[in-house]
Amino acid sequence: MTGRHHWVVRVTHWVNAIALTLMVGSGLRIFNAYPAFARRGEGFCCYPWEHKAIPDALTFGGWLGGARHWHFALMWVLVINGLVYLTFIYLHGEWRDLVPRRGDARDALAMIKFYLFVTKSHPRQGKHNAMQKATYFALPVLAIVQVLTGLAIWKPVQLGWITALFGGYVWARYWHFMTMVALIAISFVHIFMVFAVDPYSLQSMITGGYREDLSPEARNARPFYHLLPRWRDRAAHGD
Amino acid sequence: MDRRRFLNVGGFSLTAAFLAACNVDRSPRAQRLLDLAEHRNEGVERSLFQHASMNSAKDGAKIAGSAFPSYFISSTVPVWDERVRGPWALEVSGLVQNPRRFSLEDLRKLPFRSQRVDHFCVEGWNAVAVWQGARLSDIARAVGVTPDAHYVDFQSFDDDYHESWDMDSAMHPQTLVAYAMDGHMLGMAHGAPARVHSPVKLGYKNTKYLTKIVFLPKRNGGYWSDQGYEWYGGV
Repeated sequence: MTGRHHWVVRVTHWVNAIALTLMVGSGLRIFNAYPAFARRGEGFCCYPWEHKAIPDALTFGGWLGGARHWHFALMWVLVINGLVYLTFIYLHGEWRDLVPRRGDARDALAMIKFYLFVTKSHPRQGKHNAMQKATYFALPVLAIVQVLTGLAIWKPVQLGWITALFGGYVWARYWHFMTMVALIAISFVHIFMVFAVDPYSLQSMITGGYREDLSPEARNARPFYHLLPRWRDRAAHGD
Repeated sequence: MDRRRFLNVGGFSLTAAFLAACNVDRSPRAQRLLDLAEHRNEGVERSLFQHASMNSAKDGAKIAGSAFPSYFISSTVPVWDERVRGPWALEVSGLVQNPRRFSLEDLRKLPFRSQRVDHFCVEGWNAVAVWQGARLSDIARAVGVTPDAHYVDFQSFDDDYHESWDMDSAMHPQTLVAYAMDGHMLGMAHGAPARVHSPVKLGYKNTKYLTKIVFLPKRNGGYWSDQGYEWYGGV
């Protein structure tokens, strides 16, 4: 058992998971009060489902006013939690495992080839493989965009310069929505990969401990392939 | 599975799982935390507030015109009936040196202001119109608002509709008592004969069918604020 995730990373991860879920739910409830992007009297080019509401079951907060209260309260949880995480990984050095480097594209290609059965053995790319790195790097970047677009539509007059940065209120609202879609999509891929490739990493995000002998590299695991450790490996490690 | 369905299914399972675990959105403790957050947010919003921050509708944005939504709380469009209520006048009172009633003519004698701005609705839409009228700050000057006035209540003849504001937002140069819209006298649907309009507050704070402006030492809630929407409602 090796230590994999510092407790600060684990706590901020789960706080983020809950807060983000509730932000999506309350955000969708707010969206449903006007489930469209067009300025009144105009059309909107770039969203095929104008005026179609999101099913209530996917929303949180009950009604527009309630959802707004949740959204504007939880935004602080999300922002403070995010700042704690970013400050920590900066001071503690974890950022080195996440920033893109030359060679990442090649490494990502190697991972794809492996997943597609083109190559036989799992590439060894350190704590995270290149695709994971790209994901974990993209998340905070998207989060920053999400905070900025959020400010842009919360305060389109007092912080009008941010709103202008995103092309005005209508577009800022659109980018706030689309960034949410991207965050959801990435989160689902992330969750899918946890269960399909490395379910043992769940433990590392809870207790911090990680068994290298169960890593995808050790199991030579692709999505849903070699999910279970081979008995010989288990025997070798005295389980 | 298309993106929408992907989004729906996923969002549902996560939200449902969390809600099943604890019915968090109804608990009184959660409500207290939300109230605290609203209070703190108001502090943040007030500290961000600047009279120099002005709105102007985006170049090329269409004037909403007849697509400008209109809301009122009465069962039918509120209409000021002169035969019943006498000539309309705007009563300005409270913490002022010279309480006064402004006829529409009086309002038109105040410096004229016309602005092409956004209207931001709490629901998330915006609409562009040209609002024309007098600055509230000019009205305040005319009646001599006293320094102990920290809030303003805007009251209407649309049943008991009213909304109170902080003084800072009320004195913003773009806060108008508007009697015309898009170059025409204000229509019945939009608050005739006069209404408050300002891009610095969400739509529901902008009282239509205006009858009284009362300067107050304390806030006085509002029709929607009392039903749980943010009292500050600043943009």
